[in-house]
Amino acid sequence: MRRFFLIAVPYLWLLALFLVPFIIVLKISLSDTALAIPPYTPTLDFSAGWQGIKEFLTGLDLENFVWLTEDDLYWKAYLSSLMIALISTALTLLVGYPIAYGMARAPEEWRATLMMLIILPFWTSFLIRVYAWIGILSQEGVLNQFLLWTGLIDQPLIILNTKIAVYIGIVYTYLPFMILPIYAALDRLDESLIEAAEDLGCSRLSAFWLVTIPLSRNGIVAGCFLVFIPALGEFVIPSLLGGSGTLMIGKVLWEEFFSNRDWPVASAVAIVLLAILVIPIVLFQRNQQKQAEAEQ
Amino acid sequence: MNSTKFAPWADPEAKPLIRFQNVTKRFGTFTAIDNLSLDIYEREFFALLGPSGCGKTTMMRMLGGFENPTEGRIELAGKDISGVPPNKRAVNMMFQSYALFPHLTVWDNIAFGLRRDSKPKPEIEARVAEMLKLTRLEKFAKRKPHQISGGQRQRVALARSLAKAPKLLLLDEPLGALDKKLRQDTQFELMDIQEKTGTTFVIVTHDQEEAMTVASRVAVMDEGRLMQVATPDRIYESPNSIYVADFIGEVNIIEGTATPDGEETYRIDWADGQEPIRATSARSFATGEKCALAIRPEKVTISADRPAEAVNAVQGKVLDIAYLGNISTYHVELPSGTVIKAQTANTRRISRRSFTWDDPVWLSWTVTGGVLLAE
Repeated sequence: MRRFFLIAVPYLWLLALFLVPFIIVLKISLSDTALAIPPYTPTLDFSAGWQGIKEFLTGLDLENFVWLTEDDLYWKAYLSSLMIALISTALTLLVGYPIAYGMARAPEEWRATLMMLIILPFWTSFLIRVYAWIGILSQEGVLNQFLLWTGLIDQPLIILNTKIAVYIGIVYTYLPFMILPIYAALDRLDESLIEAAEDLGCSRLSAFWLVTIPLSRNGIVAGCFLVFIPALGEFVIPSLLGGSGTLMIGKVLWEEFFSNRDWPVASAVAIVLLAILVIPIVLFQRNQQKQAEAEQ
Repeated sequence: MNSTKFAPWADPEAKPLIRFQNVTKRFGTFTAIDNLSLDIYEREFFALLGPSGCGKTTMMRMLGGFENPTEGRIELAGKDISGVPPNKRAVNMMFQSYALFPHLTVWDNIAFGLRRDSKPKPEIEARVAEMLKLTRLEKFAKRKPHQISGGQRQRVALARSLAKAPKLLLLDEPLGALDKKLRQDTQFELMDIQEKTGTTFVIVTHDQEEAMTVASRVAVMDEGRLMQVATPDRIYESPNSIYVADFIGEVNIIEGTATPDGEETYRIDWADGQEPIRATSARSFATGEKCALAIRPEKVTISADRPAEAVNAVQGKVLDIAYLGNISTYHVELPSGTVIKAQTANTRRISRRSFTWDDPVWLSWTVTGGVLLAE
């Protein structure tokens, strides 16, 4: 009985905070838009009894999902989001791995400080940090002024409101999520394994490829998923740094909800996004599980 | 061993495989190895023995190429190897933690070093099969390291380090992680493999029994210096210092002053009111020079009456008895307060013990039973 209650707690949590909202969104995605409050029909009316529920169910249809396939804006936005998420995940890995490696190789007494420095940005609001990037990347921004001053360029670079700014924003924001799992994997790596590889004829570089990389694979995979999954639905970074030229599904979703006030279509967009995200999330879970099994 | 005794260290013509020449290694202000010279010969099973922090692991890591000497030179087969990285040395190492690659199977672990030399595939396969057979691991080739037992892992580590047929194999506490029974079996296996392959082995250990069992020669180290380098029996029977005598096995140390008394024989005056002891020594002592007699417990005889022809005999009472099954150790307290240990083999089954606590007993030993050492 006690075990039942213990298990019930996380399940109730999931039910209240995930499943119920999901069903509400799913229901809205099957409705039609209407000039009303709330802005869709049908609404469930329990006072009409059984008849009311029946009428409500017949009012639901898949119209909005069909609409998503008809207007090319949506699949273009999904595709563009996937591309941006993939590229920025790769970039985050390229930047994050050397940092994690450096941290794991740093003297013991430095590691806590370095870890602190990685986590420190979380102490400031995410929005403020993204706004700060506007100040850095804009044409009159800090970066351009510095480059002009050093004489490397004579025309200010246009970075803000391009995809490059989005990449910078995503890499910057999600870097800790990449560094921490890789660092955890590298930290556990036994130094004598590298020595053994060298002893058996590896150069420093080949020992890195043949031992360090394969043994930090789980950290790399975990980090990539932790960056890719939120980056796919990212809204704030593309809308603040990406300008109107950057098409991302998070932004489309926001506009459907708040500019068009078309809740049913917006809900359909959200449901499809969730369906796309389920794939990497399941893969991520399997990676974690495999890792846990290997450690036993 | 064949009829001719294996003792290249006694042959002045023999060329050593490894030669440490005045090697010093410092880490910051700490001197790990202090001006040390040592020759190790081909096909030897050489043990570096000492307490933790004595520098034995540093010696091994310098041979492996993971550390470089601060001063002096290390030669391998006549060539200076200081500064040569580990992957360019014909030396392989078996790590204390085994350092098996967890993401590779047993087979791939053993093949790892061979693949680095880009040898042809059939040659690699034949060599790995040979190594698996040597270490009796054929059945486990497909397993990952975490799917086999500690003893099997130890054999994989050995097979992997032997696969490249190194001139010299270094073993860092190779049996430290095994339980006692398995350790003893593995010691003989190691000796067997060493003889079969003809590889020179250098083993680092803090376990004196292990060093005595496997090694052709043992080097006892302390604080970065070699205390004594000799065959196990010489280390045990004729230690050259109190430190070595005390480190290897059990020993009674009796301190006193020496007086020459005949050829290579000395009279030792020790505690007040006790008869002087007589002992022989090849090393000469001046009259009145301070000395210490080191005598092993099994060389001390315990009896109820004073043996008639005993040269050295002292009386005391039994303080403690340690029964170990095969032997019993008696701790006997002399009137002066000195405690001397005497060992007897329990050759008869369930025989009544002749002595019990507080019994007055006589301890005796011969004139050659102990080793006379300088203070």
